[in-house]
Amino acid sequence: MSMQLEQSPTTGDEVITNYTINFGPQHPAAHGVLRMVMELDGEIIERVDPHVGLLHRGTEKLIEYKTYLQALPYFDRLDYCSPLGMEYSYVLAIEKLLNLEVPLRAQYLRVLFAELTRICNHMLNMGSHVMDVGAMTPNLWLFEIREDCLNFFERAAGARMHMAWYRPGGVHQDVPLKLLTDIADWLDTRLPRLFDDAMSLVIDNRIFKQRNVDIAVVGRDDAIAWGFSGPMIRAAGIPWDIRKSQPYDVYDRMDFEIPVGTASDCYDRFMVRVEEVRQSAKIMKQCLAEMPDGPIASTDRKVVPPKRGEMKQSMEALIHHFKLYTEGFHVPAGEVYVATESPKGEFGVYLVSDGSNKPYRCKIRPTAFSHLQAMDMMCKGHMLPDATAILGAIDVVFGECDR
Amino acid sequence: MSAVVHSAPRYASNEGVLDALSVALGDLAVSAREEHGEIVITVRREKVEDALRLLRDEHEYQQLMEIAGVDYPQRAERFDVVYMLLSLTRNHRIMVKVTAAENTPVPTVTTLWPVAGWLEREVFDLYGVIFAGNEDLRRILTDYGFEGHPFRKDFPLTGYVELRYSEEDKRVVYEPVRLAQDFRSFDFMSPWEGAEYVLPGDEKAEGGEG
Repeated sequence: MSMQLEQSPTTGDEVITNYTINFGPQHPAAHGVLRMVMELDGEIIERVDPHVGLLHRGTEKLIEYKTYLQALPYFDRLDYCSPLGMEYSYVLAIEKLLNLEVPLRAQYLRVLFAELTRICNHMLNMGSHVMDVGAMTPNLWLFEIREDCLNFFERAAGARMHMAWYRPGGVHQDVPLKLLTDIADWLDTRLPRLFDDAMSLVIDNRIFKQRNVDIAVVGRDDAIAWGFSGPMIRAAGIPWDIRKSQPYDVYDRMDFEIPVGTASDCYDRFMVRVEEVRQSAKIMKQCLAEMPDGPIASTDRKVVPPKRGEMKQSMEALIHHFKLYTEGFHVPAGEVYVATESPKGEFGVYLVSDGSNKPYRCKIRPTAFSHLQAMDMMCKGHMLPDATAILGAIDVVFGECDR
Repeated sequence: MSAVVHSAPRYASNEGVLDALSVALGDLAVSAREEHGEIVITVRREKVEDALRLLRDEHEYQQLMEIAGVDYPQRAERFDVVYMLLSLTRNHRIMVKVTAAENTPVPTVTTLWPVAGWLEREVFDLYGVIFAGNEDLRRILTDYGFEGHPFRKDFPLTGYVELRYSEEDKRVVYEPVRLAQDFRSFDFMSPWEGAEYVLPGDEKAEGGEG
């Protein structure tokens, strides 16, 4: 942190005026490249001006130059902590424009892996949040769970992080039965044991509570006006979860609870995530119990390419395969805004199609952008070290915030 | 309208909403339509604040989730500014749209929602739409000292400047973009369906006497 005095202090009884300090852009507690210009009165934060955009890569512009399928992997690289949560909104937006039916097995698979992504994301966030306020061990313990999740992703899609596994019309490949049974075993044994172990270190810890309870209290009306979503709005006591109120895929068949906070402070935000992990595990168990057999992607050959084996046998399949991987499919003209409950909150995609094979405009609604804007409001009057706790509880990832 | 078979988020029914909102907005609205299950209401630019206040206070659209810019360079007022509204109580979403040109400011809605501040800054940064009344209309996503509005359709994908660390100057230097290979844009359109390729030499066939 570089420090600079706005006005040189003089000797004697002169009052020292406010400091302006620069937090970031390379700071371990900034969770990426965030620069915050802070005005301090001693150690009290008077004003925060977050500067974002240091990781702006022009994803939305790049997408305009790619076919719908080629644009999909960009979404993994937005929030690289929950890649499937990002793909989800995009494929649903395309399906909404195409009015494409997705087979039931694919819907279950997508819900299953979306929830696994949620667990994976929360492990990283809770771990780093705890580390930001001074504890090292829980982070390492939680990363063990995260490692398990990444291994499951690798077995399903071939890649640990950037899966590109959700496709318009379903998913890319079916999963082996052994993977599903292994996930079921993991949910029954390893996950609860490791997770409860790690949480036993944190949730009643005196230091952790001192650093988080009553920090950055945001009232209900403020939470709504500042466009909060996800755990941030739920911690404010508003039971709003898109999975529940606007269900997509087979979420309407799932039986789960929405945890809400009461005090709307950083501790509540953390605890909402703790409970969400348990609820996600519950959803995953239901998915595994109910998942039917059947196709894993739409059989509409004008959108979803045929299997490779089929392609070697059938001329028509070969033509479809060639056309879909060169020209791609055409999407009817129109515009939709599709938002899903990503692990961090409402992740939306506003897709404008002009009827061609490329999106005319693809606006991505990141979750962290709105939350980060409220930093000034949340930090005001708190101590400088609280800023890291507040930032940790927001759960920012700059790949998504800056796009 | 064909039956809905997709599995995108299902919120409360659109039935009757379009008519009710059109009546409520009266002459604030220019047009209203429902397509692909989305309600899009275009309102008069100078009245956008009134329209959104009406929707927020009387029709329970409490949250402004997003402001998106879209560029249609062939139109006289080339930009669309789209406001995504969410009603937590009615469990419903609508889009409110205004059109704008480079020199026609859109009234700010930071008076209604503080979240609009950054969202408007983003649209300003990327498209150059001016929001009158937004007191903090700085650039937000692009570099410090950036020139131009990169998401306009006439802004090249590669941009105009590139930067590198200069060993001689011991600092980052900005230089005009030099492409090692010409920029290529593949459209992959089927030649049987109206792709317009201009092959080298074709221009001579089109009465190139002069």
